[in-house]
Amino acid sequence: MNDTLSFFSGFGPRDFLFLGEAALRTLWISVIAISIGTGMGVIFGWLLFEGKLLATLTLGPVLDVFRSVPLLIQLVLFYNFAPMVGLNLAPFGSGVVILAIYTAALVASVARGGFEAVGVPMRRASRSLGMSYWQDLRHVVMPIGMRAVFPAWVGVALGVMKDSALVSVLGYVELLKASQILITRTQQPLLILALAGAFYFALSYPISRYAARLEERWEQ
Amino acid sequence: MNYNFHWKPVFNNLPGLLEAGMLTLQVAVLSMLLGICIGMALALIRLHVRGPLRWFATTWIEVARNTPALIQLFFFAFGLGALGLYLSPYTIVLAGLTFNNAGYLAENFRGGLQAIPETQIRAARSLGMTAPQAYLRIVIPQVLRIVYYPMTNQMVWAVLMSSLGMLVGFRELSGETQALASTTFRIFEYFSVTAVIYYVIVKIFLGAAHLIARRLFRY
Amino acid sequence: MITISGLHKYYGALHVLQGIDLSVEKGEVLSIIGSSGSGKSTLLYCINGLEPIQQGQVTVDGVDVHAKGTDINKLRQNMGMVFQQWNSFPHLTALENVALAPRIVRKKSRAEALDIAAKQLEHVGLADKLNVYPNALSGGQQQRLAIARALAMEPGYMLFDEATSALDPELVGEVLDTMRLLAEEGMTMICVTHEMSFARDVSDRVAYFHQGVMEEIGPPAQIFGDATSAHTRKFLANVR
Repeated sequence: MNDTLSFFSGFGPRDFLFLGEAALRTLWISVIAISIGTGMGVIFGWLLFEGKLLATLTLGPVLDVFRSVPLLIQLVLFYNFAPMVGLNLAPFGSGVVILAIYTAALVASVARGGFEAVGVPMRRASRSLGMSYWQDLRHVVMPIGMRAVFPAWVGVALGVMKDSALVSVLGYVELLKASQILITRTQQPLLILALAGAFYFALSYPISRYAARLEERWEQ
Repeated sequence: MNYNFHWKPVFNNLPGLLEAGMLTLQVAVLSMLLGICIGMALALIRLHVRGPLRWFATTWIEVARNTPALIQLFFFAFGLGALGLYLSPYTIVLAGLTFNNAGYLAENFRGGLQAIPETQIRAARSLGMTAPQAYLRIVIPQVLRIVYYPMTNQMVWAVLMSSLGMLVGFRELSGETQALASTTFRIFEYFSVTAVIYYVIVKIFLGAAHLIARRLFRY
Repeated sequence: MITISGLHKYYGALHVLQGIDLSVEKGEVLSIIGSSGSGKSTLLYCINGLEPIQQGQVTVDGVDVHAKGTDINKLRQNMGMVFQQWNSFPHLTALENVALAPRIVRKKSRAEALDIAAKQLEHVGLADKLNVYPNALSGGQQQRLAIARALAMEPGYMLFDEATSALDPELVGEVLDTMRLLAEEGMTMICVTHEMSFARDVSDRVAYFHQGVMEEIGPPAQIFGDATSAHTRKFLANVR
């Protein structure tokens, strides 16, 4: 076998492996960012729901900024800002931070809707049974409210998973960056974009269908 | 922090940035108008047509919704290039955003159309209205209200998505910012101002949409 | 005059109307009674051309409803229809609900259509609700709005499909009163109804439907006092 590759060469089995690894990195950064972001988002959502005035005046507008500025710009800004305050983050770290905050901003409004979905009469009922505020929150509000917005949360999570492709601009070699590298070398953009697209699709489509079906069932 | 901010070059270039902001707005609005027309057609096909046309609509919708917008854009930029079809950066971004908008809007429209009970059409027809009249006067106005807020969200998304133009050489707001920033190395300052411009565009649009809704939907 | 002869209607394999022969004269009020699933609502849809038929003929003033060349939209203008679910158009005010069809179907001017609408709303007792949206009206008011909407087309016939079945009990009366008013004014009406008092007191003839067949038809006194069919007697015994 002659393995001394010319600069341009066809798409081979090794490249497949390369793409596979990159796909795992996409999954990895998505899972971390979505987990952290969801945790933060639920807390923010609760603050917005309970804290009323103070949270509405402070937290609300800040989170709103992250929903009103392109993620791409957020990534570029943070990547250039971090070194100024002495943070030396790898592209991965910067990506996680911004994706997590971005997730939190989106989840906050979803979670707030969940808290609001549990009506006052229901809460009165649980409090009248002698439950404390926290017991009510833990055993009544969270299960009912979070279930109501679960499909919406799935939508947010899938969106972040797809948006994680933007971390490629910082140089983190996730699926899209890997695809770009391979396209430059093999000059087979259609094949490689189709492969990368198929990976996202295979992950996103079944989950979104599942969420849609859950939503349909719960509506009845 | 021992970084010295230099805002002056950015402010000197503000007119250029604002002009690029208009281009962002233009491509977003255009892609929405096209997306609304195509999305409505896709929704109607998915609901009422059988055969290959329906398969085509379903594929469009699902691919648009389940793959990253950036990959969709790259397809129009590099994928079509491999087939010998080279589009201008403007066309690439317009096509990519339209493709994405149409897919998401189609699902919104489908939900809206399904939410109008069959009996509304029946009542309209019993008054002697033709099918197109019933659709135009009774169904569409009600669908419009249902999909209005999802549609404004999609418009915001289109504005934000257009920033991906930077990655395919289109000099809308982000692309212009990058071009200016790379000559001066004031990346942070430039992109901060750009972030503010995006924020203002989004807020002005949402405010206008809210005002229009108040006038449009009084029931 | 509405004439129905040898009418058969299927929903797939389900034979919902099994050979109906019936005619309704100008100025007559016919009530159709029967348990649900007996095909009485379907009959109204077939008269209005909202459902296709498989066999037989329906003619309205001599025009075949289901013939190929018939302008069904024109024909429907002459037949007002009121549904069980009142189907107000939620995006239009009461006045606009009523004025829409005269304007776009009858091609009346805007002012003329609004004038007709205001008159008809007054006719059904909604003169004070002209600029209200349907979601602010009660079920009974919405049903009267639906009647006004149908009347605005100045139809020769009115078809009522269980117009009071979906209403809260306390709202039934106002709608029946409106229907009674129309009957007194000489409107030709076919009313599918579960209101036996209305059928008995207002209609000229009553027809009893059972499993897709018209079992019996005759003046109210005959149907309610001296029905020949065992099915009819059993049904009436149950609803009383």
